[in-house]
Amino acid sequence: MTDASIDHQIMWNRLIAVVEEQGTTMVRTAFSTSVREAGDLSAGLFDLRARMMAQAVTGTPGHVNAMAESVAHFVREIGPENIREGDVYLTNDPWKGTGHLHDITVVSPTFRHGLHIGFFACTAHVVDIGGRGFGPDANEVFEEGVLIPIMKFADRGTVSADLIRILRANVREPVQLIGDLYSLAACNEAVDRRLQDMMGEFGIDDLEALSDYIYETSRNATHAAIRQLPDGRYSNTMQVDGYDAPATMIVELVIDGDQLTADFAGTSGMSRFGVNVPEVYTRAYSCFGLKSAIAPHVPNNAGSLEPFRISAPEGCILAARRPAPVSVRHILGHFLPDLVFGALHKAIPGSVPAEGASALWNIQISSRSCDPDSGLPNSEVLMFHSGGTGARSQSDGLSATAFPSGVSTMSVEATENVSPIIVWRKDLRQGSGGAGTCRGGLGQTVEIEPRSGYEFYFNAMFDRVDHAARGLKGGSAGEQGFVELTDGTKMQGKGRQLVKNGKRLRLRLPGGGGYGDPAKRSREKVRADVIGDYITAAQAREDYGFEE
Amino acid sequence: MSLTTIRIGVDIGGTFTDIALQHPGGITSCKLLTDHADPGQVILAGIERSASEANVALADIVQVIHGTTLVTNALIERRGAKIAFVTTEGFRDVIEMRAENRFEQYDLNLELPSPLVPRQDRCTVNERLGPDGAVLLPLDPTEADALARRIVDAGYEAVAIGFLHSHTNSSHEHLMAKALLSLAPDLPVSLSSTISPQMRELTRFNTVVVNTYVQPMVSEYVRQLVRRLRSAGIHAPVFMMHSGGGLISVETAVEQPVRLLESGPAGGAIYAARFAESHGVDQAMSFDMGGTTAKICLIEGGTPKTAGTFEIARTYRFKKGSGIAVSTPVVEMVEIGAGGGSIASIDALGRIQVGPKSAGSQPGPACYGRGGEEPTVTDANLMLGRIDPGNFAAGAIRLLPDRSGLALESRLSGLSAADAAFAVTEMVDENMANAARVHAVENGRDIEDYTMIAFGGGAPLHACRACEKLGITSAIIPPGAGVGSAIGFLQAPISFEATRGLFQRLADFDADATNRALAEMGNDARAFVALGAPSEPTTTKLVAFMRYSGQGWEIPVELELRRFQGKDATWLLEAFETAYQQLFGRTIEGLAVEITNWSLTVSTRRMIPDGIERQSELHPLQPGETRDFFDAALRTTVSARSLSRSEILPGVQVDGPAVIFEDDTSTIVTSAFAAVGQSDGSLLVTRKDTQR
Repeated sequence: MTDASIDHQIMWNRLIAVVEEQGTTMVRTAFSTSVREAGDLSAGLFDLRARMMAQAVTGTPGHVNAMAESVAHFVREIGPENIREGDVYLTNDPWKGTGHLHDITVVSPTFRHGLHIGFFACTAHVVDIGGRGFGPDANEVFEEGVLIPIMKFADRGTVSADLIRILRANVREPVQLIGDLYSLAACNEAVDRRLQDMMGEFGIDDLEALSDYIYETSRNATHAAIRQLPDGRYSNTMQVDGYDAPATMIVELVIDGDQLTADFAGTSGMSRFGVNVPEVYTRAYSCFGLKSAIAPHVPNNAGSLEPFRISAPEGCILAARRPAPVSVRHILGHFLPDLVFGALHKAIPGSVPAEGASALWNIQISSRSCDPDSGLPNSEVLMFHSGGTGARSQSDGLSATAFPSGVSTMSVEATENVSPIIVWRKDLRQGSGGAGTCRGGLGQTVEIEPRSGYEFYFNAMFDRVDHAARGLKGGSAGEQGFVELTDGTKMQGKGRQLVKNGKRLRLRLPGGGGYGDPAKRSREKVRADVIGDYITAAQAREDYGFEE
Repeated sequence: MSLTTIRIGVDIGGTFTDIALQHPGGITSCKLLTDHADPGQVILAGIERSASEANVALADIVQVIHGTTLVTNALIERRGAKIAFVTTEGFRDVIEMRAENRFEQYDLNLELPSPLVPRQDRCTVNERLGPDGAVLLPLDPTEADALARRIVDAGYEAVAIGFLHSHTNSSHEHLMAKALLSLAPDLPVSLSSTISPQMRELTRFNTVVVNTYVQPMVSEYVRQLVRRLRSAGIHAPVFMMHSGGGLISVETAVEQPVRLLESGPAGGAIYAARFAESHGVDQAMSFDMGGTTAKICLIEGGTPKTAGTFEIARTYRFKKGSGIAVSTPVVEMVEIGAGGGSIASIDALGRIQVGPKSAGSQPGPACYGRGGEEPTVTDANLMLGRIDPGNFAAGAIRLLPDRSGLALESRLSGLSAADAAFAVTEMVDENMANAARVHAVENGRDIEDYTMIAFGGGAPLHACRACEKLGITSAIIPPGAGVGSAIGFLQAPISFEATRGLFQRLADFDADATNRALAEMGNDARAFVALGAPSEPTTTKLVAFMRYSGQGWEIPVELELRRFQGKDATWLLEAFETAYQQLFGRTIEGLAVEITNWSLTVSTRRMIPDGIERQSELHPLQPGETRDFFDAALRTTVSARSLSRSEILPGVQVDGPAVIFEDDTSTIVTSAFAAVGQSDGSLLVTRKDTQR
């Protein structure tokens, strides 16, 4: 280690703090529920060659990994010769950004002493982008909202008034959308000062040497971690609900020395509905799964992502072709870590969890007055709920906890203050975790009723209703999910449906799979599970052979 | 309270119990090792020692002020009471499900902290209120009685009650409490609508659960302490420091022990605030660095910044989200794992990492020679010439530089001991600077505009370098900083912050409901303050928590207290926009504005310290002894003036580079700074290039 290396380490630390500040600023000023409450955003610094140098750790790992690729598209399409001080660029192109129209990526070039040195980029999920609204029911991306191609939001400091007018005219919440665009641009601008201060302190005028150091160090560490894995080909197949027909996802991992490739050949073709995934998003979430199992401690940047070579055949549901609908691409995206874990388990048993509920159970609720003449206002609210995670080889799965997404749930009291609904129940779902030496995490039960004078539509985006999370090494599957009314009426797992006044919607979220033979679970743990009502006495007897 | 009265401040920390005795002759202090088995005995020993040193009779003490980390420790170590939690049917698992997220994204083996009340001890009743307090499902008294019977028969030590939306209507919680108390009149029962009447069930339930969990222990502790003081002849009233930076009576403390968390750090912030005030510094950043952590707090207008919620007992590298989020008033601080004992290591990428693991006091840094083999920040400081090995802790521990060198070289491979030491201190300074910067940003402030107030064993060593990294141009190093928190207790006002959730859109602002709520809050708060200070004049601070409709988090808007009228909605809007502008640099046209919570603080007037005249006539110090130390900004070893703090009389100026030694620590004045002794015994350290 040399003095230069110590400086580089310190600057690396500083850059991570700088992009965290960029993300924090965004969270604090955003309107979008999912940004604020769930951290559905990303922020990062890129060098001149569009290599990501540092990135804020936020709520949505797949989303941030996708942004890592996007800046190269901006450089190519804007053209290096057209990049000027004061410029701000943006897009929400699902294939060049982060996978659906609701995510807007904003890129701002940064300069030092008049010379272009790199880019700040950030992405946020916005409240509304027009079209049908957030949900899986469209048949083409054109129905899902406005697509903003890569273009200048601001040219040398002047914001494009035409763009703003077009957007205002096409979305339901223009004030909030435009507000979020300015927030994105402002958070890039605010942290540029920190970068400049750092460069002054360390006496550097460009980022190239520092970027090379970060890139090489991260890539080498990741390669070294891959080299620890046994060479070979490892595959896994997983079936999930899809929209109207099950989707089969297949991965083959090839580990050869310090190289790792993942290929999704054999995966189902595209759906007619918005559950399709652009390839960039497939790469993002598979990479997150691989990285968290193989090299979790290497910070996220171009160097640590590069060793994972991931591709899916164009036209499959994991590499959807334009103009496929892709609005709820997160559902299949969230299953990708489970899919690659299943293959990794064959290479490095004991290091990855069993399958979990994985896909978030987001619910968009549109409340409408039962009587159009009543004057009661409409109301929209988005809620996040999570099922159970898969059991680990040494510990139980986590109950009602998001994975791989990192979102948070919202307070029921806060939600009821802004929306005419009553949440009658939101608690753990007894017995839903798969049995095993380590038990799968429990799902949860949520019951929602319209308040008096109202009925509501909800956009279902739920999976693992027909396909439970499987256990590992003898562990049992978790319970699958249920979408129903409390009177017993069955509802669909996907699409827009009505809950009339006086009816109550019940969601029973899936549990995670178990790990290892249930008979080997410690008796104290089984007893504790019975005492705490995590499992029923019947399950204790039947699944674990426990009598007391 | 006059400055000539005899008062005593007692701060129990994890390692030391600090005593500060205020008497007509000044402040006498002492530091003793905490006895976890019998903390009161150490308190008494410390008081007796200080009193005899100051020649003060115990009977002449008129006030005892106490703060302790024992409550926080009990939570961390899960040593509280066996309690039951009664909640709304359907919401049994709020405290277990938490925010449903993971605080560390990439850790597949992550464990979440276990809830304070196990699932089998969480009971539900059928009842439900709406967000406006309307009864959607009445609580059946028969069901309440039956549950009360079950709980009482099961022999719980205390019971917490938390129902959904109870902050808007507490009648169901009271009905449940009544059912319990009619069966067991002495059972401690806490209601969420009393302990934390604010919106958001997770924090409100956590708060009432924490309160109940520690209550039996706190009440026993306080009872014993008071008895012990009485038997030693100290009949003075006892006050407890609360986390919001004020004092409460022991009776209030026993009712609402959740307010006692973080009382030590709050004392430290008050201590720093008094120095900021006496030095005429409007914006200050307190920087308290001890053996395990560093704490940073922003102080404006002589008052530490406070917040309504915070997280206690973090379980995972001090990471946000890994603790228990409670809503109770608190002096807002960031705490990071950076202290003298923080251990340095090389990570998988060959990079130096410092903390959060600490060598603590046992075995301590390698240089203590007590078996510690891992290099710490103290070892690095010793190697860089910043600590005098023969004069550490007034010579109580003889430091061994050889051990430091060995630890640094062997554990941080590939570096010479000197390079390793530089890298370790630079990394820890970088971590602290980053934390301070982000904290300022979160509050919409620029850290460059602040003056640092550095205390605690480690801070004076790192203050100048941290200032260099933050662009801060001046720092104050107060005297007596070793017992800063205990001194801070003596300077705190008696205060009580009442909070209330009252959700309204400004467009439908209900002045009557607001006035009613504020009147009740004012009465509550004044009653609590009167318990300790029946006839003293008080001040009242009013804060509304407001946001744009659609946003998820509120910002505090400080308001002048008034009797509201309907038309005040416009005035509220203006106040909100001013505050929003300050935090975020802009306002947003066309969006509705909402108020979620109110907070009203009543406190006795705090003592305004006499202003310190900055020394204008400076006396440069004559050349004298020197020693070498490594100046990180210059990346080179410099020959520094070496002297004892006692040599720096008021008006004496020492230009950096200099090392100023005292018993517990040393102040490093880097080449860019100069230090001037002040009349209150503090050092004012300023950048040479900003001095006129």
